[in-house]
Amino acid sequence: MRAAVAAVVRKDLRQELRTLESIPAMALFALSTFVVFHFGLDRDALDGDLAAGVLWVTLLFATVLGMNRLFVAEREQGGFDAFLLAPVDRTAMLVAKALVLFAFLAAVELVAVPAYAILLLGPGAGQALPGLLAVLLLANAGLAVVGTLVGALAVQTRARDLIVPLIALPLSIPLLIAAVEATAPLLQAGGAEPLPGRWLTILGLYDVVFGLLAYAVFDFLLED
Amino acid sequence: MFGRGLKSLSLASAALVTGAFALVFFYAPLDADQGFIQKIFYLHVPLAIVALCGFVAGGIYGIRYLRTGDRAHDLRSYVAIHQSLIFGVGVLVTGSIWAKASWGHWWVWDEPTLVSFLIVFLLFACYQPLRFSIEDPERQARYAAVFAIVGGAFVPLNFTAVRMAEALTHPRTFDSTSNLPGPMALTFLVAMAGIAALFVTLCKYELAAKHATMRLKALKRRLSGEPAALPLTQRARSAAPQEV
Repeated sequence: MRAAVAAVVRKDLRQELRTLESIPAMALFALSTFVVFHFGLDRDALDGDLAAGVLWVTLLFATVLGMNRLFVAEREQGGFDAFLLAPVDRTAMLVAKALVLFAFLAAVELVAVPAYAILLLGPGAGQALPGLLAVLLLANAGLAVVGTLVGALAVQTRARDLIVPLIALPLSIPLLIAAVEATAPLLQAGGAEPLPGRWLTILGLYDVVFGLLAYAVFDFLLED
Repeated sequence: MFGRGLKSLSLASAALVTGAFALVFFYAPLDADQGFIQKIFYLHVPLAIVALCGFVAGGIYGIRYLRTGDRAHDLRSYVAIHQSLIFGVGVLVTGSIWAKASWGHWWVWDEPTLVSFLIVFLLFACYQPLRFSIEDPERQARYAAVFAIVGGAFVPLNFTAVRMAEALTHPRTFDSTSNLPGPMALTFLVAMAGIAALFVTLCKYELAAKHATMRLKALKRRLSGEPAALPLTQRARSAAPQEV
């Protein structure tokens, strides 16, 4: 299975590098959303709850863009058929696509988080970085799993662009709650406060539950 | 197939619902704190419990459909979620009225149960858009089952997360129903049974109606001399899950 996962991941990353379909769009979307929030809230610098909320809402919406496109190439260019013909475990597709989405998110955040710090956070935001990395890691894993599941559910429908956000947003609300609660103390105006462990636990729990759930049902989405 | 015992079930649930309302208005004492408006509790809470159980039941029938491939389970899953959505509208409306009467606002975000319910409701409201934007009936049933399973598992997870988020700032004021005084608890239990019976009855009616429509279509097709087993695409546009 490892070989199959590696092959699909390699193929997807190479395709993304050549076509640049998802990552630039997601990053650009995140940047535009920061600007929109600046004018919408009419604030020059954010801190605490509000800063955490703006960051996570933006990342969540950017992820939805990525979910939309995740399986499109497989469907339109026969990737599903080729994968089903190959004698490999179907879970390999789930793992590979989740890893790809995770990589996309990491790449987007590499641009979006520093940009956010420059555009909307006050000075001294750098000390929040180690804690923020932990939250980003756990939340990305959850978003990647949910995104893979929702992307696979929606790719065969007629109204894909509509179905993905409609399903993905309610499903990721527990993740959003935990991520915002965990990030808020890091972005306090007076300097970063310690990372709340209980919200990291919830993020981890969410990842595990949705990971198992996706593992259990994903096969049925590929059966054709 | 689905119509058996429908008459006695309807009579039983009509009797239970009537009895429950009689108890609510003539037997249960007025709440010392909230007065008359508290009586909406006997409608709101059973509706919410039944709707949530219906969503979870939809997920369980989804599992059974995926395991057996029996279209009757898919139909049951669809009907359970459909009826739960209708009950869900009732939950949100009665919850809103209760919130307005006792807290002065139509919506309060610090009532975790109500907020979690809204999130679950919004998720399951996507069930039909997802289902009916897939053309192939077999794939439609399979994808809908996967969605129902994910949604059913999401219900407890979501309630835990939302409750934890609120518990930090707002300790729950109105806690479990187990500490109700005797007459109130009795009324609540009867109301609960009535609403649950109503839910099962409505589900059975919808199942019977859908089944009858399918039979009728099949007979009409036979009458017009078409082959009995039509290509699946011909039936894909109907607004209901199809039975083979």
